Amino acid sequence: MQTTLGPVLYFWPRQDIFDFYEKVSQSGIDRVCLGEVTCSKRREMSHGDWIAIARLLADAGKKVVLSTLTLLESESELSQVRKVCDNNEFMVEANDMSAVKFLSSNGLEFCTGPSLNIYNAYTLKQLYKLGLKRWVLPLELSEKKLTSILQQAEELKLNDKIETEVFSYGYMPLAYSARCFTARVNEIGKDECDFICRKVPQGIPLATQENEQLFTLNGIQTMSGHCMNILSRWQDMEKQGVHSMRLSAHSHDVIEIADSLICSIKDNKPFFSELSVEQCNGFWEGGSGKDQLYREVR
Amino acid sequence: MELVCPAGNYPSLKAAVDNGADAVYIGFRDNTNARHFAGLNFTDQRAVKALDYARNNNVRLFVAINTYAQADQWSRWQYAVDACADLQASALIAADMGVMAYACEKYPELPLHLSVQGSATNAAALELYHQQFNIRRAVLPRVLSLKQVQALVKKSPVELEVFAFGSLCIMAEGRCLLSSYVTGESPNTAGACSPASAVRWEQTANGGMSTRLNGVLIDRFSAHEQAGYPTLCKGRFKVQGEAQEKIMHALEEPTSLNTLNLIPRLSEMGISAVKIEGRQRSPAYVAAVTRIWREALDACKANKNEFQPEARWMAELSKLSEGSQTTLGAYSRPWQ
Repeated sequence: MQTTLGPVLYFWPRQDIFDFYEKVSQSGIDRVCLGEVTCSKRREMSHGDWIAIARLLADAGKKVVLSTLTLLESESELSQVRKVCDNNEFMVEANDMSAVKFLSSNGLEFCTGPSLNIYNAYTLKQLYKLGLKRWVLPLELSEKKLTSILQQAEELKLNDKIETEVFSYGYMPLAYSARCFTARVNEIGKDECDFICRKVPQGIPLATQENEQLFTLNGIQTMSGHCMNILSRWQDMEKQGVHSMRLSAHSHDVIEIADSLICSIKDNKPFFSELSVEQCNGFWEGGSGKDQLYREVR
Repeated sequence: MELVCPAGNYPSLKAAVDNGADAVYIGFRDNTNARHFAGLNFTDQRAVKALDYARNNNVRLFVAINTYAQADQWSRWQYAVDACADLQASALIAADMGVMAYACEKYPELPLHLSVQGSATNAAALELYHQQFNIRRAVLPRVLSLKQVQALVKKSPVELEVFAFGSLCIMAEGRCLLSSYVTGESPNTAGACSPASAVRWEQTANGGMSTRLNGVLIDRFSAHEQAGYPTLCKGRFKVQGEAQEKIMHALEEPTSLNTLNLIPRLSEMGISAVKIEGRQRSPAYVAAVTRIWREALDACKANKNEFQPEARWMAELSKLSEGSQTTLGAYSRPWQ
């Protein structure tokens, strides 16, 4: 079992990003996905900055993946995606079909992030023909659904050709809009946002009128209100044929959590990670994503 | 521009055809389509009847098989595609690459449209679908401004269809998991956003109403307010702004999209079709909206330079809108 650190989905100050990845370079994490995937207006980090971090991580022995923007609305955003796809150095994770188009036209192998809709192995087969090497299970699918997809992939003789990754820890990106909700909550337009999301590096929590924590607003993204945690399932996942677990880079703590998971994996021991009240187990156990099931580790 | 109208059942289909639709879209009675609600949609036999009625009136019939095929039920999607091909429908509207590959290999003559659920918002994504599955048309998610739509028409390898009127989905369709986060069912998996079985309406002591989705409070309405259907993106929630905590429609107000006054511009820029949302709505609704849009499109065609939406059209469409409010949504500047 490998570990992947997903891209930072929030707007962090430039120095914070550099400090964070400096720590990541010293961690046991196997693979790191990098880049701005949420909002194209967040330009504090240049393409060159990301490449510099990518090289730092590669020198530290990490596998490095550059992630592309998820929702594209303009020509300039399309060129931004093209630039990442044309980097000639690092593998690219496609978060939109535009990236799949660019990468496959260049004859490059690629991986896909959780926002690409892969719900069956027939879709995997199409993407494999275009160069897919690793995919992330869509967030809303359960362990049972993954079993069905992998069985179907077996029938299509794909299983030894494609790696599977499961989003296992962090706040789940659930939806993308033309609107910036961080701006909306502060009653300013998207055009005049003045990067207000920088003031909320972990997003804005949204609760019901009964104070039930529900979502997290992060610019154009609506994320889960609870942090998903299914790290204790790593041995089940491995049996299923999952190659990698993804931890979302939502705070500096994620590195310590990843390192303790990596210790369990190295020692081939169960990982104990009880859900706190702020956490949920996402869709993995079936049912709704916000469920908080305290199931015994098998 | 082609007027594409919704039909959740046979009476709605007749209403659309009789009131001037150029094309009608339907779905089968299961989770293969994104409006899978009890009592809606078509059995195979009903679909044949629908097709006859449409064809006899020179109206095209599209079949939406636009959810994502679940691996453990793959044959259901295959069957739906086979049924659509047997019908000789005018087009199959699909979102799933696996489903499109199956359709395009087995029935190369069956025209494919990329559903809005396919989430293609740019030329490169459209090129990919065109190249791989020979799609003829794509329906755009409701996230682009008018200027962005205009730029895209110029680059698109296929015809483009845009949403013209109806409930406003504010997220990029096909990539919204809010409903499944709370209920376990989403448009992608089950063909339903906020499934009816998870909805609760509760009278409150002050004569108002609370609406819940799988137990989660979506909104509270006072006695004089009209309580809306509890969709997550249109609820009133508590959030912390810069200055203070407030209760607000944090994502969007309950409002409908109405682009009637954009008709001349959409037509000039080369949009091929305008789509009316609402397979879940009544035949009377479909009839009224179709009639107004037919009149408006004809008026624009007759005299593009002078086109102005008539006040009575706007008034009637307003009455048919969610919360009696309409918006230009992402087409307009305030969203950008």
